[in-house]
Amino acid sequence: MKGTLLSSGQYAVQGALWGEGSESEAGTMTGTMIEPAGAATGSGALTGPAGTTGPAGTTGPARATGPTGTPAKTLIPRLTQICGPDGVVSDPLELRTYECDGLTSHRCSPGLVVLPQTASQVAEIVTECARAGIPFVARGSGTGLSGGALPSTEGVLIVMSKMRKIISIDPASRRAIVEPGVTNLAVSKAAEPYGYFYAPDPSSQVVCSVGGNVAENSGGAHCLKHGFTVHHVTGLEIVTPSGELTWIGDGTGTTPGYDLVGMFTGSEGTLGIVTKIVVKLTRIPEAVTTLLAAFETTGHGGAAVSAIIGSGILPGAIEMMDALAIEAAEAAVACRYPEGAGAVLIVELDGPRADVERETEAVRALCEKAGATEIRAAQDAAERIAIWKGRRSAFAAVGRISPAYIVQDGVVPRTALPQVLDRIAELSAAAGIRVANVFHAGDGNLHPLVLFDDAIPEACAAAEKLSGAILDLCIEHGGSITGEHGVGADKSRYMPKMFGADDLATMQLLRCALDPAGLCNPGKIFPTPRLCGEVPGIRRAPHPLVAAGEIEQF
Amino acid sequence: MPAEPIPAPLTAACEQVRAATPADAVAGVTPSYVASPGSVAEASAVMTAAAGLGLAVLPRGTGTRLAWGAPPRRCDLVVDTLRLDRVLEHEAGDLVTRVQAGVTIEQLASVVGAAGQQLALDLPEPGDGGGRGTVGGVLATGVAGPRRLRYGTPRDLAIGITVVLADGTVAHSGGKVVKNVAGYDLGKLFAGSYGTLGLITELAFRLHPVPGAACFVLCDCDGAAAAQETMAAAAGSPLAPSAAEIDRPARGGPFRAAILIEGDPAGTGERAAQLRDLLGPGAEVSAAEPSWWGRSAVAAADATLVRISFWAGELAAVIEALDAAAGAAGIDPAIGGAAAAGVIYAAIPAAAAPAAVAQFVSALRAMPPLGPAGQDGPPTRGSVVVLHAPPPVRDAVDVWGPAPAEGLMRALKDQFDPGHRMAPGRFAGGI
Repeated sequence: MKGTLLSSGQYAVQGALWGEGSESEAGTMTGTMIEPAGAATGSGALTGPAGTTGPAGTTGPARATGPTGTPAKTLIPRLTQICGPDGVVSDPLELRTYECDGLTSHRCSPGLVVLPQTASQVAEIVTECARAGIPFVARGSGTGLSGGALPSTEGVLIVMSKMRKIISIDPASRRAIVEPGVTNLAVSKAAEPYGYFYAPDPSSQVVCSVGGNVAENSGGAHCLKHGFTVHHVTGLEIVTPSGELTWIGDGTGTTPGYDLVGMFTGSEGTLGIVTKIVVKLTRIPEAVTTLLAAFETTGHGGAAVSAIIGSGILPGAIEMMDALAIEAAEAAVACRYPEGAGAVLIVELDGPRADVERETEAVRALCEKAGATEIRAAQDAAERIAIWKGRRSAFAAVGRISPAYIVQDGVVPRTALPQVLDRIAELSAAAGIRVANVFHAGDGNLHPLVLFDDAIPEACAAAEKLSGAILDLCIEHGGSITGEHGVGADKSRYMPKMFGADDLATMQLLRCALDPAGLCNPGKIFPTPRLCGEVPGIRRAPHPLVAAGEIEQF
Repeated sequence: MPAEPIPAPLTAACEQVRAATPADAVAGVTPSYVASPGSVAEASAVMTAAAGLGLAVLPRGTGTRLAWGAPPRRCDLVVDTLRLDRVLEHEAGDLVTRVQAGVTIEQLASVVGAAGQQLALDLPEPGDGGGRGTVGGVLATGVAGPRRLRYGTPRDLAIGITVVLADGTVAHSGGKVVKNVAGYDLGKLFAGSYGTLGLITELAFRLHPVPGAACFVLCDCDGAAAAQETMAAAAGSPLAPSAAEIDRPARGGPFRAAILIEGDPAGTGERAAQLRDLLGPGAEVSAAEPSWWGRSAVAAADATLVRISFWAGELAAVIEALDAAAGAAGIDPAIGGAAAAGVIYAAIPAAAAPAAVAQFVSALRAMPPLGPAGQDGPPTRGSVVVLHAPPPVRDAVDVWGPAPAEGLMRALKDQFDPGHRMAPGRFAGGI
């Protein structure tokens, strides 16, 4: 049939082209680590909410400092012994390269950067940090969009990019063992000759690292069908926050004891550092087809999504863009989506050839019934790439129609999509701020892009307010404040809106079990660090360290 | 024996508290009381009261798998979840449901089934005529049927959880949307935790559409290598099988293999025919489920049931190791299960000598496909867990065997249940 693969090879390579592009761009910016991040800021229109952080490097999230405030620099001799002179970065200018991840609005130069090459080096580094009471943060390719790899001035940033060996590919067991610095796409490429790929496909998969994917429990456009990182990781070698090197999970997915792998995946680097990963490999589908359907409104597009899901078809991906997002994409990459469309839907089906053919026809009919004004089907790989081009470029393309913008990431139940989109439109109109909507419609994961002019002093704050109001909407409708970008440093202040004090305190029991000293990626996820050893319950007075101003509470 | 008086804090906490009877015994340990809270608030009050009284607590649903795991070191209070029996929410358009922990698998199936949906855990019906269990119990034991190959296990389908900790704290994580990375996922931690971290009171699950059609491709495989080849051919094909099982009633006999193909009615037959051709002469397509389908995971209540997990590519080596260990111990377990997903079960009749079973289990644990592995991967590549066994066997074996990172598990237990009152001793590592 048309639009299918000529060889298994193409599929995995094209995997790189799935999903939106700006995350890749963000990754590219920070992935080229030799360039100062400042240069990246200039080139990228991407701006995120400034949060509670101030100007570059001056403030940051709550930090733990050593018992005596030991600066990270005191570790230079020892860490140089461990990693060699090439493995330690202490020059202030070079350190600035690492001051942010893909979320460039949060910046902070690390005290010290180390680039280990082996798991035992990571263990030794962490042991030294733990001994000295110095906080540490692990960083993969730096493509994260929530400031999860934001370093601290007092701390050590452990950059995993030199650990990029694919240790083994085991097609018989459908498993691969990789080091954390290996890029997501490299796993698929290595598995491709055997007819397999690595299913989670974050848009930044060309550059983002598997270790980072584990930290963030990354998804991707195709996680609607294929699941998230946590469904594809069956074993991890980790360095615990005390410096112990240990395996959790035996690679089978059915390991006796607590599901430590499930617990660790998505913990945003706060429970330890992953040094080896056992991933599941998935059979490359026999056929893939991609449909583009244009609608007058997102409401009609939404009705088509409901009809498709309601029919029992589970597409690999269902993506939607609204008129403003389409306009931006046209301006940027001339994707030639149907003219005048109020919304476009991209539906990709993958699986056994016969099923895909039938499902393609069914989806086409359902889209027509929902009022599609035009439907295109990719006839070959090139056409599929053309369809995805607009979607992939959407985030970055918004830079063409606005000087700055905030990328939001929220989730609502799929059935609430029409209501929520209407409410976003109302909020947007009321605030006089344009919002472009790009979203993973199949799973209700919204990426509203809130546009503003950063040359106008109040504009950023107003955009942030609107962006926050969208998250409130998500919570109100029973959704989530983040579907894939993570909480990181960016959204910890929203956590109390989604979870109660007891929920947050209970989650932090995990932290207390693994990292009682609070040295491992401090200040992320939770707005208030739990001081371990306390009994669960409501805190009645500020913790002494908070009162003394030694740690911040916000 | 006169029933012990029920402590006032317990009766004050819960409308339904009673003295336990021998029928409430858990692996030979009889509790003193049984409390049946009817709401999360009541469950929290019960747990708070139990904390005040220093009672060891054991959560129980239908009790379907209560014989699994090690016997509790102490058990004073059973918290029965069967009154937590409401399906709180089922939004068909979202393919999501939110339920209380005591909802049974059958009850949930009938509610979501009305909308053509399913919780995709095809748990086998136990041989005793009882049900398949409650959703809380299913998550707590991490049990899944043949279709784990496609849909995974309960931890893969749970998207939100509410728990009551040992001190009565009510906490939740996740939510009712499938895509959600906000905060730590307590659902993963409680999955397969056997009640040792707290009481599960509510769960949200991702649902799947009930496929329009299903059929099976059947064949016999002569020996372990052939069985592995068949499983690999099925799982490695692009035909997207939902399950691939093997079954061998006795050593020396052939393996029966069955592969489940499901989906759109038009496509299912076609894919099954393709798979039949792929598997070669002797393979056939059947609309009916083979009689043994999913039964390997079920053994008589007085038998020993062992779960062996492994890397799927090691299937033949695992079977050879198993046969060698069984032969040396003088036993002949029936084996079978989700071989393509790396899980098989061995059922050993009640008559087997406890020492022989113990010898079999420890020998198997030490063998290459499961025992210490190469330096670049996990130190072990599989496990052997005794799910249930008659008391003399249970006393003779280490039912859990070694678990990776026991130290981390203990640290977690200490945080969640510092008094070690939640199902103490039931779990891996003596937790």
